[in-house]
Amino acid sequence: MHDIVNAASNFIDLNWINITYLFFVGFVGGLVSGFIGSGGAFVLTPAMMSLGVPGLIAVASNMCHKFPKALVGAIKRAKYGQVDWKLGLVMGVSGEAGVLYGAHIQEGIKKTFGDAGSNLYVSAAFVVILAVVGGFVLWDAIKTYKSGTTNEEEKATKLAKWVQSVNIPGTMVYFKSLNTKISVLFTIPLGFATGMLAATIAVGGFIGVPGMIYVLGAPSLMASASELVIAFVMGMGGSFKFALHGLVDIRLAMIILAGSLFGIQLGAVGTTYVKPFIIKLVMGVIMVIILFSRGLMVPVYMAQLGLIQPIAEGTVKILKNTSFAIMVFALFSGAFIVLKSIWSGLMAERKMSKEVLKHREV
Amino acid sequence: MASGLNKKVRKKPVGKMIIMGVVSIALYAGLLLNQDIINSNFGKGGIYAFLPIITAFVFSYFHGTFTGSFWTVLGVEAAKKKKEMK
Repeated sequence: MHDIVNAASNFIDLNWINITYLFFVGFVGGLVSGFIGSGGAFVLTPAMMSLGVPGLIAVASNMCHKFPKALVGAIKRAKYGQVDWKLGLVMGVSGEAGVLYGAHIQEGIKKTFGDAGSNLYVSAAFVVILAVVGGFVLWDAIKTYKSGTTNEEEKATKLAKWVQSVNIPGTMVYFKSLNTKISVLFTIPLGFATGMLAATIAVGGFIGVPGMIYVLGAPSLMASASELVIAFVMGMGGSFKFALHGLVDIRLAMIILAGSLFGIQLGAVGTTYVKPFIIKLVMGVIMVIILFSRGLMVPVYMAQLGLIQPIAEGTVKILKNTSFAIMVFALFSGAFIVLKSIWSGLMAERKMSKEVLKHREV
Repeated sequence: MASGLNKKVRKKPVGKMIIMGVVSIALYAGLLLNQDIINSNFGKGGIYAFLPIITAFVFSYFHGTFTGSFWTVLGVEAAKKKKEMK
């Protein structure tokens, strides 16, 4: 009870500047999430913390805005036929287990190595996952662009073809996005890993979406749309867990939601105008830029743990600010590609309908 | 001419946008004007955990419908060729 009273008294005072700032960051985060299925969350938690919100309340409030946002995005993209609800739900439930396990590991690390150890673990996870997965996604997007096959249907990878060929009786489930049956023994670990990553770096989609594309063989559009279902399931469970301890500041969550629902609708519309490789491009670009943002912080935490020579306070401040600036730049780069795609798509469509009208008049 | 044809094809959801927008504004006004009561109850934890979850669903329904209609009214809609492909 004592903790709960403390949590509630930690809720910050809001003014119009704070509200406008959160609304705007929410909008940009929602725009990217609507497009690639996730990715807005990583900047929202630090954005709230920069206003003086304690870390745990920022994480909890972010999660409480994430699940309704993901639901709205999933419903919107389902209208375009992009959502595989069954795959999303199956992976979401296993993702929930991953979140709990990931949180348990985090607690263990924090107890043994303190805050700096926990931060180093989170940053190391960021750097390794983003370097490997983000690098691969970006390389694949560039390769598709250079090969001139951007208009062709996406082909399943060799790994996905193998996964689809394995038949384990009693575990086979048909998934619309794959147009075939696969064993849930492949989707469960993938969902679990997505949840673990969500508990560690707040963006499970950086494993979930590439996993659905490259391991299971789902098209990019369906993978990014189904990720919203996973985010909804995991986010709702996580929010409830945090709310049980009174850690959700509903005002913060709903203000961010106000902006992010404008963004997610726009991002979802954007997916109907782009070729599938653009989804991979946006995701890859964001992941690789954040890699540098988190990479900058690794020496800071290593110094705090005494693994390397101590770093001067001024340098730590510069590194922290640069890291945050790069993170914001990553989100804006993604948002820019999304907005540009929507704009060019809308203009091309308007031009075409004008020509059709002219033709009819003649 | 073009707008006449558009009207025939699809009616813009202006009414829906206004109604949902008003409800949405009312919800946010209620939230921001009653911050003290909300903070003290929503931060209690335990069985009160349902409060933020229900609030999130209510806000997402009204505000989500409003933002959807908002972009449609502005003319930002899904690509037609993709819709036909479905």
